[in-house]
Amino acid sequence: MFATTPLAYTYDGSFEGFLCCVFESYQWKQTPLAIHSDADGQALLLESKWIDTDSVKANRVLRSIPLKISPKAEELVRKGFWSSVPDKEMLLLNFLYLGFTHGPKVMDMLADDTVNALLKAVHLLNRESHHYMGFVRFTVYGPVMAAVIEPLGYVLPVIQDHFCDRFQGESFMIYDKTHKVALIHHPGRDAIIPLQEWIPPEPDEGEAAYRRLWQGFYDAIGIKERKNDRQRASMMPKRYWKHLPEMNGGLPSMRAGRPAAKRKAAEPKSSDTRQLQ
Amino acid sequence: MEKLEILTASAKYDVACTSSGSSRKSQPGGLGNAASMGICHSFAADGRCISLLKVLMTNGCVYDCAYCINRKSNPVRRAAFTPQEIADVTMQFYRRNYIEGLFLSSGIMRNPDYTTEQLIAALELLRNEYKFNGYIHVKAIPGADDALLSRLGLLADRMSVNIELPSQESLDRLAPDKSKQSILKPMGLIKNKITENRSDLVKYNHAPRFAPAGQSTQMIVGATPDTDYQILNLTEGLYRKYGLKRIFFSAYTPVVEDSLLPSLDTKPPLLREHRLYQADWLLRFYGFEAKELLDEAAPNFNPLLDPKCSWAINHPEHFPVEVNRAPYEMLLRVPGIGVRSAQRILKARRAGTLDYPALKKLGVVLKRAQFFITCKGRPLEGLKVGEHTLLRSLMSGHELAQFRQPEVEQLSFFSDTDLESLPVAAASAFRIGV
Repeated sequence: MFATTPLAYTYDGSFEGFLCCVFESYQWKQTPLAIHSDADGQALLLESKWIDTDSVKANRVLRSIPLKISPKAEELVRKGFWSSVPDKEMLLLNFLYLGFTHGPKVMDMLADDTVNALLKAVHLLNRESHHYMGFVRFTVYGPVMAAVIEPLGYVLPVIQDHFCDRFQGESFMIYDKTHKVALIHHPGRDAIIPLQEWIPPEPDEGEAAYRRLWQGFYDAIGIKERKNDRQRASMMPKRYWKHLPEMNGGLPSMRAGRPAAKRKAAEPKSSDTRQLQ
Repeated sequence: MEKLEILTASAKYDVACTSSGSSRKSQPGGLGNAASMGICHSFAADGRCISLLKVLMTNGCVYDCAYCINRKSNPVRRAAFTPQEIADVTMQFYRRNYIEGLFLSSGIMRNPDYTTEQLIAALELLRNEYKFNGYIHVKAIPGADDALLSRLGLLADRMSVNIELPSQESLDRLAPDKSKQSILKPMGLIKNKITENRSDLVKYNHAPRFAPAGQSTQMIVGATPDTDYQILNLTEGLYRKYGLKRIFFSAYTPVVEDSLLPSLDTKPPLLREHRLYQADWLLRFYGFEAKELLDEAAPNFNPLLDPKCSWAINHPEHFPVEVNRAPYEMLLRVPGIGVRSAQRILKARRAGTLDYPALKKLGVVLKRAQFFITCKGRPLEGLKVGEHTLLRSLMSGHELAQFRQPEVEQLSFFSDTDLESLPVAAASAFRIGV
């Protein structure tokens, strides 16, 4: 809708920062060629313009979405931002152009390329989140429990309520290794906080016994006459297997590459157990 | 605990391993909740979902049903859990997020009443002692006292009684200790309790919920000569009469030698099971009736085409369907359009007229749908409808490849050169009207 300028916007990678990019585009009536977060690194041979994150501007954009488009659109934009599609910022910017032009009707324009691509991205995020409701595996360390995940999308805020409700009496942490954040929960309060590194400590014998029990169950439940690896891999893609005790021999120490990783772990581990207790 | 493996191996042929239909928030001091969409926590080597800790209380049984691995006369290793052990393993697995809850069944210990009391004891421990708030699916034991079954239902999310064999005749042959009546009686009781409970809930807010996720059942397919038509009719009747939530089909896997049963080297009829599930879906979500899909003259599903494609090919009078105007019910009947894409079409056509590229974006499988639809009154440009193109497009290569192995003999009748002789007489007469 605006003239395209040969510029890339660069921002701090936060949702607010992205909303400021939208503000910027409207303020100068210009469409950038690309929007990068500073974490992306500069791969593009484009002049780039740094966009400051300003919560007043961000709020103006955010408030206008439910007002001028629909509350559903706000959710879509938030989730789109958490999704893992490449160039999600430009996709979202284009969606907002459409939304501010067409109003609530944009939510029905399923055959439009932009709307369609955004819905697909959010669908993937939702699906991955649903997978993680099942595929998160906690290890019990005395009074606390911890799990590690490596999702493509930023799923923690989507699965937060589910786990906090389900394990409301427990102290637990789910560490998202991809995005370097952790969902921390104590009875009564929870938060998603940045966490650079966390390597799970070795499980104790009691924990190992339950993993073996679970593995025995897993092996016993399959019917060998119906073996179907392809079906299993499509329902439970291999990228999840690494963190599933039933798929890798039960004990993390049996995984390749562990000892090296463990040495690095010593320090962040202790600082984190403090957080949990 | 080796016990767990024995009692899991004995329970693995039971399907019904879903966790959907019950939504419950957690309670202070307790553990867990129930998510109504159902959550799969793992997938076994056979590709089937694991959402519940599926075990038997014991695999010892006083009955002697020919198809059953736990039959009295089968020399397998026997084991039993105490209610305490069941509760402990469930809690420990649940806490680690291995499972969504418990699926508890049992061989018949002493008699149905005693067995039911044991099941109740395990569930009471979980619900009352441990305040376990997750999903529980429990088997109603045919022949148990009504009062006991009522107590059991108040502790569980879902209850099921297995029909196992789709006709009285087959039951007589293979499960002499069971009768149609002994299965339908508890099914009726559960249904009545659920209905009663629903009106109680309207009257009193805090009435305890009786099997809020409803009841389900399972049938073994391929152990007896019953046809798909009989099975599907029974299925439809059960949905209507007993308000069942789900009916599961289990391709018969020979586990014990018996002169009355298919031999031990028989492969489970997986493709047949698959077709029945497809048809079941058509009954529950697509507005089909059993008698539309099969009849006495053609009592079994075509292995090459899914039930919806078979129906469409045999009913050219309903097609083509104009995508921009057709009602939802009619869109659902088009091969290649599922529930999700039909709903998307309704939504998207509010915003503008749809063409073929748009349909593709909405998830319509044009490869199949192209023969049955028009967009703005026109068929897809360049569409050729010969018998071969039509049939080839409608057959799912993936599905067939996946199931070819167990169906070798059946499929060899339908080699490529034999396509014309397929039992879809209408195919040759089928043309898109423009």
